[in-house]
Amino acid sequence: MLIQELSNLPGVSGDEGKVREFIRGQLTQMGIQHHVDTMGNIYARSRGPEKEGLDPGLMLSAHMDEVGLMVACVEKSGHLRFYPVGGVNPWSLVSKPVKIGKEEVPGVIGAKAIHLQKAEERKKALEIEQLYIDIGAKNKEDAEKKVQPGDYACFDTRSDTLADGKIITGKALDNRAGCAALLELLRRDYPASFTAVFTVQEEVGLRGARVAAYRVNPQVALVLETTTAADLLEVKEKDFATTVGRGPALTIRDGSVVTHPRVLERLIETAEKEARPYQFRQFTGSFTDAGVISLSRSGVKAGVISTPCRYLHTAASLLHREDWEHLVEIADGFVRSVHEKGLE
Amino acid sequence: MELRVLLQEISQRDGVSGFEQLLASYLSQQFEVFVDETRTDHLGNLIMLKKGSKGFPRVILCAHMDEIGLMVTKVEKGGFLRFTSLGGFDVRTLPGQVVTLYGTRKVKGIIGFTAPHLQTDTEKKKSAEMDQLFIDTGFPEEQVKELIPVGSVAALQRSVVELMNQSCAGKAMDDRAGIAVLWQCATELQKLTHEADVYFVATVQEEVGVRGAVVSTYGLTPDLGVAVDVCHGNIPGAQEHQVSELGKGPVITSGPNIHPVITRKLTTIAKDYRLPFQKDVSPGPTGTDARAIQVSMEGVPVGLLSIPLRYMHTSVELLDLDDVKQGGRLLAYFVSSLDKNLVEELSC
Repeated sequence: MLIQELSNLPGVSGDEGKVREFIRGQLTQMGIQHHVDTMGNIYARSRGPEKEGLDPGLMLSAHMDEVGLMVACVEKSGHLRFYPVGGVNPWSLVSKPVKIGKEEVPGVIGAKAIHLQKAEERKKALEIEQLYIDIGAKNKEDAEKKVQPGDYACFDTRSDTLADGKIITGKALDNRAGCAALLELLRRDYPASFTAVFTVQEEVGLRGARVAAYRVNPQVALVLETTTAADLLEVKEKDFATTVGRGPALTIRDGSVVTHPRVLERLIETAEKEARPYQFRQFTGSFTDAGVISLSRSGVKAGVISTPCRYLHTAASLLHREDWEHLVEIADGFVRSVHEKGLE
Repeated sequence: MELRVLLQEISQRDGVSGFEQLLASYLSQQFEVFVDETRTDHLGNLIMLKKGSKGFPRVILCAHMDEIGLMVTKVEKGGFLRFTSLGGFDVRTLPGQVVTLYGTRKVKGIIGFTAPHLQTDTEKKKSAEMDQLFIDTGFPEEQVKELIPVGSVAALQRSVVELMNQSCAGKAMDDRAGIAVLWQCATELQKLTHEADVYFVATVQEEVGVRGAVVSTYGLTPDLGVAVDVCHGNIPGAQEHQVSELGKGPVITSGPNIHPVITRKLTTIAKDYRLPFQKDVSPGPTGTDARAIQVSMEGVPVGLLSIPLRYMHTSVELLDLDDVKQGGRLLAYFVSSLDKNLVEELSC
């Protein structure tokens, strides 16, 4: 499955090369022309004639990067200390395998055995500064045959399914699910074409989308994202943000953008018309590429639609396959509707 | 089969304390070619005899086959599963861990925990508590109740990761590494002669209180025994006396739990055959099967051989395969050297 293949690829912010290569391969197979800018964003035109007036009006985007780690230094013992890249969840790091650098050198994140810890030590959360990666090297010199400071590392989690295939798990569903949705839309024919952008460096400050929006200069933008679902044990329903299995989530506002009312209305209208389930994201924090896109040049009407995802930014997050499928169809209907009626 | 493949296979199989049956049947197949008799006792200990030329002395070589795991205590609203532990976990190593649940059928799940945006800064600095965690199978509540009754056990899921210098990491290396040492020993014994009857014993329930070794030793009335387990490998932040180095050979322990003659014999043999070894001391009863073996019946002289292992009781327990191999060889030469004289030396 495309989401799973994409999720398995390493692509920490700033090191999206393997994801980019895969997506470009897909685009080439579809016969879709595309190009890449100096930061690594991919630009593609969807199928369909270029329409007067509205073109280049509509941009759809999804970020390719994932949160991860960067090797900070190799210690004398051969262990690797690391920095987080983006908001990786520190609770989920220890006891996980990772792959490091271009060669995908395997390693594991260790922790002092429980037997060797004092009772007070065990009460504190493990901080990133206390953790390290072990690649089995004898010492610093041995380790440096395989890795260097500056190498990126990501979780080594193979995507899997749960609940008889209804649930998809993986390390980078945020936001390869969005990339997979955008690729799916690019397979289809539209009455007019739109610009698709696969952005870089979302997780370290929405940096790729900033230059992408400037280059494309769209009138309207829709960001395909993955968002937190806190529909968990011991959490009050008001704090769920989103619920897995209840359809894709529409953002009214987050920490970076207020979805343009026309965009939001059109998304709702499309979902209703096509009888697709949707929900509103009931959380106003965190950032998406829509933030910088909406502020590009003299302003862009921007919105966000997301697949709800539990355990975001950990080694194993999960989403519901049907939420993603509904997202694809609502985005598809949105594109058709904007081309048909514009957005005034 | 290669030792590397065997260790990988047995690490990836599940055998939580008290629920070792499936693993035991796999192990008995792997030892079949080396042994003359195989049986399982009432608690599930797997006992495999390789007869010696004189049938004396009778030696047991024990490694525990159970691993630490989880047990479901409640199905909560939304189908989330509460759990308790079988054996000692550092709870901080559990969030985001994939598990295999043994309910009315095998079901996969993820150990879930709250979203960071709902935590205060103080909460983030505290360790996770087990009651803040739950298993998420993605199934709706009604289906979970059918599939995973309370009392179902869960094992951590982890494919073995191969690392540099013949090292590898995975779950349950404690003490599947010990089982692999027994297997290597059995392989080596094919090429050696031995007077002693050798019992390879894969014990149960070590992680919940060294229980399998209690009854298996009683049932076998051996003249002596060796427990094979893991010990802490060198890691940043641990003191030198707490740990042994990886890749420098198996570790021979001395201390009140261990018969000094066995320690001496293992050491002499390692030196004679130029096998690498390290030494460790333990000032009281060890946390291994040796603890129970020593005080079984009127007392059984016991030795302890350990494989250095980093990150014990996590799902990335890391060891050097060469230590396992050398441990198996040392144990084989030890068995081959056993005779009446040694047994006489054991009386103080």
